[in-house]
Amino acid sequence: MADNTTDTTAGTATTGERVPTVIADDLHIVYRVTAGRQRGNATAALRRVMRREPSGRVREVHAVRGVSFTAHRGEAIGLIGSNGSGKSTLLRAIAGLLPPESGRVYTDGQPSLLGVNAALMNDLTGERNVILGGLAMGMSREQIKERYQSIVDFSGINEKGDFISLPMRTYSSGMAARLRFSIAAAKDHDVLMIDEALATGDKRFQKRSEARIRELRKEAGTVFLVSHRNRSIRDTCDRVLWLEKGELVMDGPTDEVLKAYEAETAS
Amino acid sequence: MSETTHERATSAAPPPPGEKLSAAELAARHGLAVSGARPSLPAYVRQLWGRRHFIVSFSQAKLTAQYSQAKMGQVWQVLTPLLNAAVYLLIFGYLLGGRGGMDMPEYIPFLVIGVFLFTFTQQSVMAGVKSIPGNIGLVRALHFPRASLPISFVLQQLQQLLFSTVVILVVLIGFGHYPSWTWLLVVPALLLQLVFNSGLALVFARWGAAVPDLAQLMPFVLRTAMYGSGVLFPIGHILEGRDVPSWVADVALANPISVYMELFRHATITDGPHHGGLAGYFWLLAVGYALLALVAGFVYFWKAEERYGRG
Repeated sequence: MADNTTDTTAGTATTGERVPTVIADDLHIVYRVTAGRQRGNATAALRRVMRREPSGRVREVHAVRGVSFTAHRGEAIGLIGSNGSGKSTLLRAIAGLLPPESGRVYTDGQPSLLGVNAALMNDLTGERNVILGGLAMGMSREQIKERYQSIVDFSGINEKGDFISLPMRTYSSGMAARLRFSIAAAKDHDVLMIDEALATGDKRFQKRSEARIRELRKEAGTVFLVSHRNRSIRDTCDRVLWLEKGELVMDGPTDEVLKAYEAETAS
Repeated sequence: MSETTHERATSAAPPPPGEKLSAAELAARHGLAVSGARPSLPAYVRQLWGRRHFIVSFSQAKLTAQYSQAKMGQVWQVLTPLLNAAVYLLIFGYLLGGRGGMDMPEYIPFLVIGVFLFTFTQQSVMAGVKSIPGNIGLVRALHFPRASLPISFVLQQLQQLLFSTVVILVVLIGFGHYPSWTWLLVVPALLLQLVFNSGLALVFARWGAAVPDLAQLMPFVLRTAMYGSGVLFPIGHILEGRDVPSWVADVALANPISVYMELFRHATITDGPHHGGLAGYFWLLAVGYALLALVAGFVYFWKAEERYGRG
């Protein structure tokens, strides 16, 4: 089975037609969580520190276990699996945001996650957040200035009055989500990763954002999409990776993998 | 994609050597780089420079957001340090008599400068400790040189200090210390302190990323540093009449926190028995500390670049 993959990759490497953009090689990701249940009291904790024991609070979560695949230019790859199967973790590892425990990810250029939520501040106006978010994603000031109006128009924030000059904490949750998506989608990416971003906003905005994602897909070399909605996977992806408990269960054309996945989840 | 189904077993062993390319070979062939690998030091500096607009705008945004919920808004940027100085004046100036033989017109500017400049270093260290754990969402979502965070927070503190500096100037003039050419020395002194604080914040950022508990411990360390650095009273005055060799006072006076404070004080408080000429080696110390902290802090922080955000 592993042979099948290598056949394709090796074959394409020699013909030079299919250019790999992301290669995951036996990737393992382990989270170390400091929170969690702690037994014992303060003195017990102190004793652990003094003896330099790994404190009982640190628990390891093996989120991705030995995943290997090769993605090529022009592919749109869906990631499916139940909650906690390691899909988002895998995306972060591809983006180089989570260091692997073992194994490697090779990428062409800098893959980026579609999302700037963490960089935005609720106390600032929408306007300043557009600029801040753009800078955080690595856009230049000129690029932001150029795209500012289209970001605001796309978000539709100003349709009901001049909201862009108000602090983001005054926005409804839908408005804030729309602005966040609009900022995130303003940048062009070599390798783009989208984590369930399709579900934001009202019907009209969802339509618009799906169209924008198709556009981004055309511009980007490779797109990864995490979603729990099989329909959006079917609409946008031509290949699907199915993860379960951090392991790659299946990797193949969308129809086949989704059929197997649906059979599995139905039972 | 493909003609075959790539249904795979869980282990997904690397392709067998021989006719097939291994993942590493395939990557090398197409010029793919390891994702999340630490860039070389010059490349890292270049990346950081490329993010300078983000660093500045992030620090300004933090500063704006800091007081945006308060009714009086940005006024607190001046009011907070002023109230701090008032508390210390009450306790050390009047109640404990720690003025070291200075009159009020000399002591109050001395105190205000000490408190504000110490706050600058103190807040830089605290911001450094919290810069990674406090922004873990950002670190896990976006790609940027992580040193942007501590540096951005130090810049935020610098902007706060510039508000405080206006207060200092008003206090100085109010107590009869009028501007002279030596006041211009304040600019290089503050710049050197900024460089020193940035280096310090980078070191503490790496420590704070590894051990978040440091945020609980640091206030005590910093308070000790405050009492030991002549922020509230002249160091010489405390050690006077005690059985300590004179080099103890010299060493205490030569610690970085004290050096930057003394440079500022001697540049602005020009008439008073305790202020006037300052040994020239103080400037050498100030430059030395700043360069040492920056270079060592930057390299030390960079060495763990690929590990921030784990766990």
